[in-house]
Amino acid sequence: MNNPIISVKDLSKKFGDFTAVDRISFEVEKGEIFGFLGANGAGKTTAMRMLCGLSYPTSGSGTVAGFDVMREGERIKRRIGYMSQRFSLYDNLTVWENIRLYGGIYGLSRREILRRAVVVLNRLNFRSESRTLVGALPLGWKQKLAFSVATLHRPEVIFLDEPTGGVDPVTRRQFWELIYESAAGGTTVFVTTHYMDEAEYCSRVSIMVDGRIRALGKPAELKKQYAAQTMDEVFRTLARGAKRAE
Amino acid sequence: MGGFLSFVKKETLHILRDSVTMLIALLMPVVQILLFGFAISTEVNNINVAVVVPHATEAVRKAVSRLEANPYFTFKGTLYGSQIDETLRSGRADAVVVFAADYDRRMAALAAGMPAEPPVQLIMDASNTNTATAGAGYLQSVLTEGMAGFSAPETHLLFNPQMKSAYNFVPGIMGLIFILICAILTSISIVREKETGTMEVLLVSPVRPIRIIFAKMIPYFALSCLNLASILLLARYVLEVPMSGSVGSIISVSLLYLVLALALGLFISTIANTQVTALLISAMLMLMPMIMLSGMVFPIENMPGILQAVSCIVPARWYIDAIRKLMIEGVPFADVLDDFLILVSMTVVLIGVALKKFNDRLE
Amino acid sequence: MKKTAIKVEALTKYYGKLTALDRVSFEVARGELFGLIGPDGAGKSTLFRLLTTLLVPDGGRATVDGADIVADYRTVRKRVGYMPGRFSLYPDLSVAENLAFFAALFGVKLQSNYDLIAPIYRQIEPFRERRAGKLSGGMKQKLALCCALIHRPSVLLLDEPTTGVDAVSRSEFWDMLAELKEKGISMLVSTPYMDEANRCDRIALCDRGRILGVDTPQGIVARFDEPLYALSGERMYELLSAARRSAGVRECYTFGETHHAIVDPGFDPDRFVRDLAEQGFRHIEIRPVVPGIEDVFMKWMRYE
Repeated sequence: MNNPIISVKDLSKKFGDFTAVDRISFEVEKGEIFGFLGANGAGKTTAMRMLCGLSYPTSGSGTVAGFDVMREGERIKRRIGYMSQRFSLYDNLTVWENIRLYGGIYGLSRREILRRAVVVLNRLNFRSESRTLVGALPLGWKQKLAFSVATLHRPEVIFLDEPTGGVDPVTRRQFWELIYESAAGGTTVFVTTHYMDEAEYCSRVSIMVDGRIRALGKPAELKKQYAAQTMDEVFRTLARGAKRAE
Repeated sequence: MGGFLSFVKKETLHILRDSVTMLIALLMPVVQILLFGFAISTEVNNINVAVVVPHATEAVRKAVSRLEANPYFTFKGTLYGSQIDETLRSGRADAVVVFAADYDRRMAALAAGMPAEPPVQLIMDASNTNTATAGAGYLQSVLTEGMAGFSAPETHLLFNPQMKSAYNFVPGIMGLIFILICAILTSISIVREKETGTMEVLLVSPVRPIRIIFAKMIPYFALSCLNLASILLLARYVLEVPMSGSVGSIISVSLLYLVLALALGLFISTIANTQVTALLISAMLMLMPMIMLSGMVFPIENMPGILQAVSCIVPARWYIDAIRKLMIEGVPFADVLDDFLILVSMTVVLIGVALKKFNDRLE
Repeated sequence: MKKTAIKVEALTKYYGKLTALDRVSFEVARGELFGLIGPDGAGKSTLFRLLTTLLVPDGGRATVDGADIVADYRTVRKRVGYMPGRFSLYPDLSVAENLAFFAALFGVKLQSNYDLIAPIYRQIEPFRERRAGKLSGGMKQKLALCCALIHRPSVLLLDEPTTGVDAVSRSEFWDMLAELKEKGISMLVSTPYMDEANRCDRIALCDRGRILGVDTPQGIVARFDEPLYALSGERMYELLSAARRSAGVRECYTFGETHHAIVDPGFDPDRFVRDLAEQGFRHIEIRPVVPGIEDVFMKWMRYE
């Protein structure tokens, strides 16, 4: 790989005696959709936090968008976007107020926020909803909006933590088309999911079990390697051997 | 009944395992009692006094040595007249006593009943008016002590002759602590079940939820009884509050007040749906009026009529009133019967309303 | 013994202006494992809260084990076991303490119904002293299921028991439900995961407060009456938009490792591949496929 945007070597995180993340190493290429799978408690969230500059690794090294995860967490935060199922937008602000808020947080000028907001609202067919409270939107709409807001400042990497949980199948697909579009525009996508069909949509996936990366590759390669029809089967084969849970 | 006991056990486990909350609940009364008892006092204590003595006669030296000997003053030495301002400003002294150059002559004139200029001038740092007033009064009494023929009006302070503030604050703190622990903690523990979703499961069970709620109150009642004991012991043996009245009466009024506080907590939990709301309702709607209107800090008689009327619905007002009478005045129980009956009716009304409002559905 | 475990007739519930549940009707037979399949906002949790008598309907009626959910709600509460969508045990109590509390809540002895929960409880028994909050997602579900079963309910209501749980734990959970079914317990289970539909005897697909259809999983799939093809090749994302532009293709959407295309009756797959090849797509594979529940769901959603 010649141009990795995320590069991690022997990254570990210990909480006391407990090794949440155990010497993981991988690289993610610019513009890739990287699926980060794992059973509950495998250490995905902990690993993701380290990559986002939210928590310090115990050992190992890594860079995200060219900055060191150990020393330059603040710089990393400026260059990434983050969206999770649990927290993304403020329910009691309108669509437009949310966009303005996040644009402001990332230091975009008023003009620029307005310009990008129009693009986002047009793309989502949300123009008529700009004054609607986010809390009143259906979940699927909210998640699509949250994704667009999280990419408003054109981050180099966008981290998505179970972005489509509970979303209906039609909206879920629309959401993935947004992801594809972003990736085609050069944004690297780092995504976790419990929907195994979504694992198939990724350029490459890694599967974490008990704090370690047990499999890494293109969905087609992994299916071949584990003689499986679907990613679901690959996942089950690996996760069944899991010793620990959250 | 076995079921009921296991509910009580479960609630007790919740409390025991939340060690931070439990520590606060048990230590708060102790800390508050000690804080109010010692640190925040309006008593005269440790006043730094300096003197200006232009002419040290025998009488002046005597007066100065009386000041030096008094345990409530710290003697800071003698100054020149020109240093007074600077000394007070820098805080090296709180009070400066300036003896007149012809002190003896003026005193003699006063003693003979002749008109004369005052023999002593008192200059006080009044940035804290409470200590300044109390200090000035006390200084005066020390200086005039033994002055022949000096007739100051005599004042007798009943029940609290040393004006010890602890006497005033102990009943107040009791009124506050029990509401804090019973009402806030109970309401939060009920609302927490709503918030985490366990209330849904409790409601969808054959047990009448109200039994579970009562089971919840028992451990908090026990916790508050512990606090009652620790407050009374601290008050008696550390702050040396006299406990003139019957301890039995004090305890029975307090137990009634605990039940009232629990009912208040239950009532709050029927209105609030999140722990934050419960806390805000308890703190803003209950605690503030309680501190302001219970007579704990500001005397009720000095309030405007409307606030006096509002203070009537503050349970702590009646409780503090009763405890003050019992603890400090030492009146018999019959004299606080009014307060007691008012508290009883408040408890009955609160429990009634809370039970009526308590819903065994989600809406 | 009634033959119907749950009977729901035109059940309606409003939250202010929002219609959470719109004239929903279905029946669950005794001993049946019935699935409610739909995304968030379909009204699944509202339905569960109505059936568990936590809410009162604004229209229609329903019975659980023969007891009316409004008139006879105390009887309903005695007969159902309920596992709400959120984790609803006490995280600061241990596994054993939680179980003991729920036994007391229902006034039963742990031993008297132990046979029912034994196969599940044995899996968490090694952790009986551990606080429930420190259990893994899968273990929490098992404990919650034990607690819901402790009084041997005739009807078990499980609201999204597998949401947020990884694929392996999910599959184990469904295995447990299958065992309970053998013991004659009727179950209503909701899930947002379409692939779990096949674990149910019958399912209702629901969306935005409406039921789109009720049938066996096979019956639901059989109602998909249009030709469906699976399509794969290189540059899948570009392929998606190219396929949508192709003649004879009505709908094309991603479906795991392939795209699914709903086509017109006269569709010619060979011509389709040739057209795409002209646009530079190579190694295109296309074959007819049997539709899944998700295909049906999306089709019905579009007709709404």
